[in-house]
Amino acid sequence: MSEAFVSRSDIFSWGRVTRQMQRVATPRFVDQLPALIDAAKESSLLAVGLRRSYGDSCLNELGDLIDMSRLDRIIAFDPLNGILRAEAGVGFSEILQLIVPHGWFLPVTPGTRFVTLGGAIANDIHGKNHHAAGSFGRHVRALGLLRSDRGRLTLTPESDPALFTSTIGGLGLSGIIEWAEISLTKIESAYLEVDTRAFETLDDFWDLAETSAEKFTHTIAWVDGLAHGEGLGRGIFWRANWSPYGFFDAPRDQTRLRVPADAPDFLLSRLSIGAFNTLYHRLQARAGTRLRHYLRFFYPLDTIGDWNRLYGRDGLLQYQCVVPRTAEREAIRTLLETVAADRQASFLAMLKTFGDLPAPGLLSFARAGTTLALDFPNRGEKTRALLARLDAIVADAGGALYPAKDGRMSHSMFRRSFPRWQDLQRDPLMSSDFWRRVAA
Amino acid sequence: MSGPSQEVVAPKAPQRIVILGATSAIAEAAARLWAANGARFILAGRNEARLNEIAADLKARGAGETIDWPLDFVTADAGAELGKMVDRLGGLDILLLAYGVLGEQDDLERNPAAAAKMIATNFSSAAAWSLAATAVLEQQRGGTLLVIGSVAGDRGRRSNFIYGATKGGLAHLVEGIAHKLAPLGARAVIIKPGFVETPMTAGIASKGPLWATPESIAPVIIRAGEKGGPIVYAPAFWRGIMLVVRNLPATVFDRINL
Repeated sequence: MSEAFVSRSDIFSWGRVTRQMQRVATPRFVDQLPALIDAAKESSLLAVGLRRSYGDSCLNELGDLIDMSRLDRIIAFDPLNGILRAEAGVGFSEILQLIVPHGWFLPVTPGTRFVTLGGAIANDIHGKNHHAAGSFGRHVRALGLLRSDRGRLTLTPESDPALFTSTIGGLGLSGIIEWAEISLTKIESAYLEVDTRAFETLDDFWDLAETSAEKFTHTIAWVDGLAHGEGLGRGIFWRANWSPYGFFDAPRDQTRLRVPADAPDFLLSRLSIGAFNTLYHRLQARAGTRLRHYLRFFYPLDTIGDWNRLYGRDGLLQYQCVVPRTAEREAIRTLLETVAADRQASFLAMLKTFGDLPAPGLLSFARAGTTLALDFPNRGEKTRALLARLDAIVADAGGALYPAKDGRMSHSMFRRSFPRWQDLQRDPLMSSDFWRRVAA
Repeated sequence: MSGPSQEVVAPKAPQRIVILGATSAIAEAAARLWAANGARFILAGRNEARLNEIAADLKARGAGETIDWPLDFVTADAGAELGKMVDRLGGLDILLLAYGVLGEQDDLERNPAAAAKMIATNFSSAAAWSLAATAVLEQQRGGTLLVIGSVAGDRGRRSNFIYGATKGGLAHLVEGIAHKLAPLGARAVIIKPGFVETPMTAGIASKGPLWATPESIAPVIIRAGEKGGPIVYAPAFWRGIMLVVRNLPATVFDRINL
């Protein structure tokens, strides 16, 4: 059986901005990993999952990649106590199909179910329930790490705190995460009671965020990134709790609607996005509470396969920052004003207040404050100049950028975001395009 | 059109399934689907640690029972060994034969001994196991033999005719077994996948629209376990492609690099 690395031109991150050859191995069994580490000794290595990171944190042009997605076996599932141990390559979608019928859910989930367990840990992902549950890393009971210098290790938060905190949110740089054991969340059905309401100003958003945090497990808001002047800060606020009414249905992934090719550039123009935003705001504004299956509430974009290709051949740039509580109101307003004034359209502008639960990783992104996520069609220098202006606002507020979304932050921005970055116990063999850029 | 069925369906006993070559990517994908319905498995293969990993996974996914069965298919006594397996399960509903090696055509042409070894694995031992299974199904008057073949077995091509010969031979054997079993209520099916992304084919970098994943082949195997046969292409469009390939006149065929 071939275990070798193969040169491939079809390996992109989710943003599809960088197009380069990658040497990739796709092992099916963990016993193949040591040989792959040996084979990569001359260069560098990075284990990656389903490559939903937008920028270059899941790419390694000068070295090798291990695609972990075929290491996707469940090792043990305890349906009585809600504890799951699985190989790192298992997808959230597969986990849900297994655990939901038993009345359990992932403790934390991002906006797509097509991520791996290992990727969720390596990026210490957060979700709509951050104010209630914290980041994903808080629910990791143990994990298996394979290092080029120390071999196979089993880590718990207590056994080796330094290496554990280097691995949670560690972007795969502390070694290969082989497996992990997580605690699940009990649910009473596969459905949520979702309360939707429109807000017209940022002040309304802050009020909603404040009053909803205690009563609702999940909160998230969409803001119209093009609205300016009086409309600035208009948006839609969703807040939800798990419902006791409904079945535990966890559908298999159907053949989905798929974007077959890179869309032409005019598709996501300022005009089309502006029209969409206005329409969206009007449609969703019908306030009220509805019962929604988890697929529809958490993963609306997963319905369209490869939606990132809608952004055309040049790809998209994501920008996600968090600003601390003390500065959040002013900073979010300034950020939105800057975006709106620039007239570069952002399609998906999401706003979410994080809670106070500390994230365990050295490079964990989520922290007390408010996070704003924006995405822009890549228009080259013009877009990058706007993002640099946003950087200045975030830096001024004492905020941070999210590596999983990033392919361009400066090393000073990285160091401001993660002041303890030098404590990272990196595996000397592991590296990524992202790491070489921010740590150089 | 009739409405929803009002019939009361008796719960089915979990299927008893033997997988030869259980660590193969295609077999594992199929086993996951069977496991969700509570199937009981014997997982046979050479690498015990890997069998263990797969067994734990299938258990978590709902398998009623998983029994690892470390084994070298070439040296084992197929009849005796299968007898033990069937005793252990208390009968046999499905036997999936999924092991095989691809080999490098150029190397095999230069080295007939290596070719003979490959043929011993892919054809001789597979034939012995298929015949052993036939005897069991014949006696039970029920059950299904599923054998993974290949579209490469449909016509000898310069790029892989030694591998193709083993799969072609296997296809003829299974077709004959199906013919023999049909009057007895038992079945045999040869499943012919086209290009599949597996470790066997990992070295091939350029993968186009004809390539399938093990996960897309698996439902075809499950269906073949329930009905149909004796020849099933996976995915189904290969039936059309191979119809053309088989019927190309030699004057045309010889000029194409396949």
